[in-house]
Amino acid sequence: MLELRKDIFADERDDNLNEIGKGTQRQDMLGHVTGTSSYFNDHKLQGMLHLKVVRSTQAHAQLRHIDTTEAERSSGVRRIIRGADVPRNLNTLLSLINFGKDDEPTLAVDKVRYKGEPVVAIVADSEREAFEAIAKVRIDYAPLPVVLDVEDALKAGAPVVNGTYPKNAFIYHDVHDHQKLRFGDADAALATADHVLEQRYQMSPIEHAPTETNGAIAAPDTNGRYVVYTSTQALFFSVDTCAKILDLPSNTFHFIGGTVGGGFGGKVDTLTEPLAILGAMLTGRPVRYVFGREEEMQYGPPRGAERIYIKDGVMRDGRVIARKIRAYFDSGAYTRLSSYAAVKCAAHLPGPYTIPNVYGDVYCVFTNRTPATAMRGFGVTAMDFAIECQMDKLANLVGMDPMEFRILNAYRDGDMKAHRREAKNTALIECVQVAAEKAKWPIREEFKRASSRKDGGGSRAVIPPTPTDSRSRPAAPVQQRTSYDRLPPAVTREPPREPPPTAPSPPPPRPAAPSHGAPRFSSVFGTRRR
Amino acid sequence: MAKTALQFRHNGRDVAIFVDGGTNLLVALRELIGDMTPKFGCGQGGCGTCSVLIDGELHLSCLTLAETVAGRSVETLDGLKQGPNLHPLQRAFADNFAAQCGYCTPGMLMAAKALLDRNPQPSRAEVVEAISGNICRCTGYEPIIDAILAASGGRASA
Amino acid sequence: MAVTVKTFASTSEAAGALSADRGARYLGGGTLVMRALNEGDVSVSTVIRASDQALTRIDASGPRVTLGAGITFAKILAERDLGFLHAPARSIGGPAVRNMGTVGGNLFAPSPYGDFTVALLALDATVAVQGGFGTRDIAIEEFLQARERQAGTLVLSVSCARPASADAFRYHKVARIKPKGGSVITLAAHLPISGGRIAGARIALGSMAPTQIRARAAERVLEGRSLDAATIAAAASAVTEGTSPFDNALGSAWYRREIAGVHLRRLLSGQE
Repeated sequence: MLELRKDIFADERDDNLNEIGKGTQRQDMLGHVTGTSSYFNDHKLQGMLHLKVVRSTQAHAQLRHIDTTEAERSSGVRRIIRGADVPRNLNTLLSLINFGKDDEPTLAVDKVRYKGEPVVAIVADSEREAFEAIAKVRIDYAPLPVVLDVEDALKAGAPVVNGTYPKNAFIYHDVHDHQKLRFGDADAALATADHVLEQRYQMSPIEHAPTETNGAIAAPDTNGRYVVYTSTQALFFSVDTCAKILDLPSNTFHFIGGTVGGGFGGKVDTLTEPLAILGAMLTGRPVRYVFGREEEMQYGPPRGAERIYIKDGVMRDGRVIARKIRAYFDSGAYTRLSSYAAVKCAAHLPGPYTIPNVYGDVYCVFTNRTPATAMRGFGVTAMDFAIECQMDKLANLVGMDPMEFRILNAYRDGDMKAHRREAKNTALIECVQVAAEKAKWPIREEFKRASSRKDGGGSRAVIPPTPTDSRSRPAAPVQQRTSYDRLPPAVTREPPREPPPTAPSPPPPRPAAPSHGAPRFSSVFGTRRR
Repeated sequence: MAKTALQFRHNGRDVAIFVDGGTNLLVALRELIGDMTPKFGCGQGGCGTCSVLIDGELHLSCLTLAETVAGRSVETLDGLKQGPNLHPLQRAFADNFAAQCGYCTPGMLMAAKALLDRNPQPSRAEVVEAISGNICRCTGYEPIIDAILAASGGRASA
Repeated sequence: MAVTVKTFASTSEAAGALSADRGARYLGGGTLVMRALNEGDVSVSTVIRASDQALTRIDASGPRVTLGAGITFAKILAERDLGFLHAPARSIGGPAVRNMGTVGGNLFAPSPYGDFTVALLALDATVAVQGGFGTRDIAIEEFLQARERQAGTLVLSVSCARPASADAFRYHKVARIKPKGGSVITLAAHLPISGGRIAGARIALGSMAPTQIRARAAERVLEGRSLDAATIAAAASAVTEGTSPFDNALGSAWYRREIAGVHLRRLLSGQE
């Protein structure tokens, strides 16, 4: 049951709260328990047709020839849609906020870049007839070399996944192939640390597996408009994405959504709406495009895989004095939202701890895998997993209790964070204290007395001298190997070559104005608009 | 396309439809009868959101060939309400916050009804077993279990 | 082309229709055939059904038990005389799947399904099938080895001898999700004891090969011995001989090989 600890920060809070701390019924609960909540698929439209896509059987291949003649003659087929039928067959989701280059076709034309990429769409009277026509489409593939590992993808000579980004890394601000964080001199600090611990962490892609699969129904409306019932989690985002891909003003579409059968981030990519609308435009009939379960699990975008290297310097008294992180986000074959995840990740380093020397390189990498997207805390989740595993190992290394070790290193109000913002309302220490208390985990009196509002700021608020990359010394050797430090030989090799120094970089050119008058809410990417 | 005539009882009312060969009961209920309460989740028997009662037994409508319910009784969430009043299970689900996105709720309620019809005062373990074929991805199993137990208590005292 | 559904009163007519049409599949509880249709498997163009009452008959009164192919797992669980089959029946699906899935269909269920068949294999069951030319009995092992070719035959029933004692038959399904989940591996053991010695040992495994298989090397170790710790250890170390497990989302081939002996040891020593 919910417990409010009003003793903590009591002086900062106005306690005349009307809602917080009280149970409030959901507005949609009555609809849910009576089954009358209306999901996108709960609309029965007269004469509705069914759209299914032919998906690539190859992870990377040239499309030599696509033969749909037999499929066109198949019973019940109303229309076959090819890439050439899509008005603007190249898009990237975040182009709506001027971020990234268009790199993903709605239907593949010359190449396929991941297994399951849509190549042809078939609109038929029934799902069965669409499936029968799919079986009759002949695609002649010329297989190309495949790269499935983020570090392999960054090596010289790796197969180019996505010609928009020929080095297989997303390019920030038109020049930088990764997100960089520099605070203090991590290499110098590592050289003076009592212990250095370097570890490798990895997380597989995770499918959201919503109970309701992705889908949309589009139907011609009056005045040349289209009404679209959709499972999208980001309705206005999807409207603008469709407007761009279909090259129509966004007021052509009347999107109806909001009741979503589980999304968790997997329903922002607007994968079904553009084709459903295009099908309705080309046939004049309502068209439904809904993923089957296998499609959802295999080709629906997952939380992207990540690989993370952390090298920490820690003193015998438990203070972490340096943290060096190299992280790779696997974006899959195209840019959905991993480019943004890497930004979030860099902004999150080095975790909620005050560490005077921090060094981070975060890459968003293209591989021939299913494009990855948002999922609950993406950009931060795997990094937090890695950082907290590392914190436990460091505590063990210096013989400290892991809870006390976190309290010792936790940021305090007034501290300077590695990305040069003052830490405010940190409260981590209090959280650890309450967690220890609830878990009946004994911590010493001095750690029970610690407070996020004490001992912060002062020398901890100073931005340390930070060498630029060109002057930084080579990495210090690992000084002490530990029982945790059982790295496979593969990861003790040299890290990938540093990208060429980018400073002093020319100011990035102003991005071209978006042709669809997308709103320029750019707070997330503030530096982009400066 | 040859169609087959099919008659059955749907939530206590006789219905007659024509189905295409191979049509499953879920499609028949949703697209031919217009009862949108059972949902499509997987089409494979893995998620339980299409659960209905056939002659009082819990079945997956997506794996049921529509023709096989000829002359039988099919109950869905649409038939659970008692006039304007919520069924005790519906009330308990609402009171216990046992729905988040709501998509698994129709199947959960039918699985719960199948249990309580047979076993009015189940143990917690029996409730867990009864909904073991129903997936909730917002991971609200605890409130769902609490709601079913609360509904059974409510019935026992009523 | 839509799917054609053909319903027959007799199993012989249904079997004739099934063997005459390459696109025909027999519909039992629906958990395999309807699933294939839902996923767009266009190789299924005809669905055959039979309303013959023989398919839903249970004969559990004597030492030999016969189950109609259309018997559901819920029916088995409702039958007190079939107590020895309750553990495998209960290990399948949730309540809805147990109300639908049948003994006959389970013979065709690919990994990670088909758990009930593992139990039947350990019990040396016989499968009665009806082809185009009449009925015949096939040993379950032979049936499974040729399963790819059995799609055109109609299973009528499955029969097996009742285990001599409750202790002689043991079953365990390893799943990651409890109480419901696909099989990582499934084990069944039938170890009749005669004069303190095992006589007629049968160990069957699910998800250790493309179909359910017997662990013959482990059976040989057990045969003629008493079920003591040394014998159990020897059987456990022999259990993976002749298996060919595979990788899937539930576990890797390596993992399956590693845990098979552990679970066999626990099963035979009464720990699970």
